[in-house]
Amino acid sequence: MSVAHLIGKAGKPYTVEVEKCHIRQFAQAIGDTNPLYSDEEFAKKTVHGGIIAPPTFPIAMSEESDEDLDLGLEYSRMLHGEQRFIYTRPIRPGDVLTCQLKVTDVYEREGKNGTMEFIVMDTEMTDAAGAHVVTSRTNIIYRSVSANA
Amino acid sequence: MLELAQLTTGQELPAYTKEPVTKVQLVKYAGASGDFNPLHTDDAFAQKIGMPGVIAHGMLIMGFLGEYVNHLAGDLAIVKDFSMRFGAMTFPKDTITCRGVIKETYEQHGARFAVLTLYAEKGPEKVVGSGEATLQF
Repeated sequence: MSVAHLIGKAGKPYTVEVEKCHIRQFAQAIGDTNPLYSDEEFAKKTVHGGIIAPPTFPIAMSEESDEDLDLGLEYSRMLHGEQRFIYTRPIRPGDVLTCQLKVTDVYEREGKNGTMEFIVMDTEMTDAAGAHVVTSRTNIIYRSVSANA
Repeated sequence: MLELAQLTTGQELPAYTKEPVTKVQLVKYAGASGDFNPLHTDDAFAQKIGMPGVIAHGMLIMGFLGEYVNHLAGDLAIVKDFSMRFGAMTFPKDTITCRGVIKETYEQHGARFAVLTLYAEKGPEKVVGSGEATLQF
């Protein structure tokens, strides 16, 4: 099955409020003790001017959607190949982010086990004023069925 | 902490070694990230699909690199772009070392940037993933 028809598919926009304690828990799980993520007094004195979220935090926002975009893909064939975060500004506690998942690209490459398909999914996050905050770009490797045997 | 004026292309940055990955950490990361795929938390499930046991979330390892990057950036620089390509799997008890090399520095629209090439390794020459970060000073 080709996955080319998935380009342009989009999920329903959803809104998430960023909580200070979620940022702290996320940093703690990584074992990241940087006070930038928890200590307002410290963070104020940095270039950021206040607490921000760790660079990979947007991934936790991608999981907040109530309903997954059903692309009809087999979960067992999907591999997380690459991840990228393109920032206009850092995420801060209190941000109300509107997020939307879109399939922005699909392409093929010849691999050792036959043709591999790649699916690029962007989750764009904008703030309450409608300004872009960050785009979370996930590159999925969709393995061919034969490679799965 | 990086001083932009002192950075040169090809310069190796001080490496940073994390505590070994633990199963408890994977459970914590599942909760904090919302990624509850049992491959990362349930040994029996992982073994059923051919793994020796649970494996770490790729995003946890990217989180280690993010920790490294903001540690280097200190209170001076802002992460504008951050990417990682996932390679080998990481298992509990693996120790990850983060390394960075300056790829380039440049100026654009009056702002100054440094691009870092990043590596996460679980031993000498055992790269589990590589990435890149653009810092704005």
